[in-house]
Amino acid sequence: MMQMTGAELILRLLERQGIETVCGIPGGAILPFYDALGQCDTIHHVLARHEQGGGFMAQGMARVSGKPEVCLASSGPGATNLVTAIADAKLDSIPMVAITGQVPLGMIGTDAFQEVDTYGMTIPLTKHNFLVRDANDLLQVIPEAFRIAMSGRPGPVLIDVPKDVQCQMVSFEDYPPVAVPDALPALDLAAIEKAAEMINAAERPVLYLGGGVIHSGASHLAVTLAEQGGLPTTMTLMALGTMPIDHPLSIGMLGMHGARYTNYVLEEADLLICVGARFDDRAIGKAAEFCPRAKIIHVDIDPAELHKIKTAHIGITGDVTQVVEALLPLVQVKLREPWLAQVADLKERFPLAKPNIDNPRSHYGLVQAVADALDDEAVIATDVGQHQMWVAQAYPFRRPRQWLTSGGLGTMGFGLPTAIGAALAAPERTVVCFTGDGSLKMNIQEMATLAEEELNVKIVLMNNNSLGLVYQQQNMFYGQRPVASKYKRAVNFLKIAEGFGLDAVDLDTAEDPAATLAEALQRPGPCLIHCSIDREEFVYPMVPPGAANTEMIG
Amino acid sequence: MSMVIEREAAAVTKVVLELEVANHAGVMSHICGLFARRAFNVEGILCMPLPDATRSRIWLLVFEDERLEQMIKQVEKLEDVISVVRHGAEHAVFERLETFFR
Repeated sequence: MMQMTGAELILRLLERQGIETVCGIPGGAILPFYDALGQCDTIHHVLARHEQGGGFMAQGMARVSGKPEVCLASSGPGATNLVTAIADAKLDSIPMVAITGQVPLGMIGTDAFQEVDTYGMTIPLTKHNFLVRDANDLLQVIPEAFRIAMSGRPGPVLIDVPKDVQCQMVSFEDYPPVAVPDALPALDLAAIEKAAEMINAAERPVLYLGGGVIHSGASHLAVTLAEQGGLPTTMTLMALGTMPIDHPLSIGMLGMHGARYTNYVLEEADLLICVGARFDDRAIGKAAEFCPRAKIIHVDIDPAELHKIKTAHIGITGDVTQVVEALLPLVQVKLREPWLAQVADLKERFPLAKPNIDNPRSHYGLVQAVADALDDEAVIATDVGQHQMWVAQAYPFRRPRQWLTSGGLGTMGFGLPTAIGAALAAPERTVVCFTGDGSLKMNIQEMATLAEEELNVKIVLMNNNSLGLVYQQQNMFYGQRPVASKYKRAVNFLKIAEGFGLDAVDLDTAEDPAATLAEALQRPGPCLIHCSIDREEFVYPMVPPGAANTEMIG
Repeated sequence: MSMVIEREAAAVTKVVLELEVANHAGVMSHICGLFARRAFNVEGILCMPLPDATRSRIWLLVFEDERLEQMIKQVEKLEDVISVVRHGAEHAVFERLETFFR
């Protein structure tokens, strides 16, 4: 018979689940848990400076490891601060378990100090959530949370634990079994056979890969499928890295800021094989005009994604790994010379323009210079905005989980804490956080966490002293009337970094910026690398929001 | 796909959904919140625990529209939802209740 408090029980169950690092901030309602954590030497706690930062650190760990990771917050403002990181994890299907403290059971519903309805508030943002009313329930709830977070389509799960439940004594015989993911959906072999027939019969097929390929660990299988079937392959923002960008069959990223030729190839396709992607509006533009000539095969582990935006001719609910494994023996080896020649011709006529790629003080040039100084082992995180799109367009991604970006929610402030999480999960790797001045300011306090943990994170700041993508849209679609998108004063980020105890270099004043950059990237430990970028540089091409992907500007 | 369906324009075929769910506080919020945030109107709702008390049955009256299949799939994804059965409007459960709404 074992006896312990609810707080200690949570901790033991996290240990059994293999959790080694948790990120968060203590506060009144979660102090019993922190007290137990303080006496535990197996779990390393990383003290974030804002709960949202802690949430994104857990995300960064999960995006690198593929396993559910844990963040912590207290009740009230602690929980509300965490909400954005949870919503972000939901939209990008990232496995995460958030544990929040809550006011004692008897005070719930009394508008107590630091009380919010965390359970109610997180229903629409989580894959599932729990309010634990009895510490005995933790024996089921904690493993359940991990099982749900990692089963099928991954996602965030929140567990709200009132303070007195954390203090309640629990007696039990045995620990529950360590949670494992649910069994995968049964394979629909008839649909897979039909899909293979369609691929074999197609004249101009395109493979369209999404983040689900990465979640399923199926990148190499997807590349094999493409090679076997002679399938030109496009990737969503979330899928960058699944097929190396310099692979002869890669046609790069599709969508709002995809290359012209990529969107033109999709226009010509007679079959679209969508694997682990969800026809997001930023990827497909106006849905009715996307791939107008193509039949659609759609593979997803979430049945609700099939036929949601585009009706598929064949919809297959299944794990990408299993489905592609079953497809491979049925897909004929094809060279598809006429189609691939047509694709090559479009690529030559409408390539992605990357002006000034040789100048490390220009937007594309800086991305290229960072890539030149690193190998494929580095992890590349971004914030959200112009810099994110320039990196997505120009960085040579060659492996899954190399690229961490906020795709669905598009959260500014994502980059720095996520990069910290990535470095916590993979301390042997160099982690780069490309960011903009607008985004960096949204979680800049995590510089303190970075300095404290002495992680190998390099913040590459593209500073145009504006909310660049807003400024760009106002220039392009709102009569060149910039409103609230240009900062009136400039911030000295070098001094800020210095104040937080970070090393900092300025490419603006460097005699040899490429050398300064490479040196900074190679020096172990955290560093801010600052570079001013011309505000008038825009992300091109651009599909106007709501327009068809063929209506690109630039 | 249009997000707002005009009642007059859409076919007003009624559908009755029978859900079996885990019986604990919060389940109703999960169900109602899902319909509300996807802008899918629920015309009627009934919920009672089943005899073994670990489960509840929820009856929903909704209008058929092109998004209903998607809605049902989203409901089925909820962790606390055990099953969803679709019935026609002729189902007696809401009809018998009508006397209480006159």
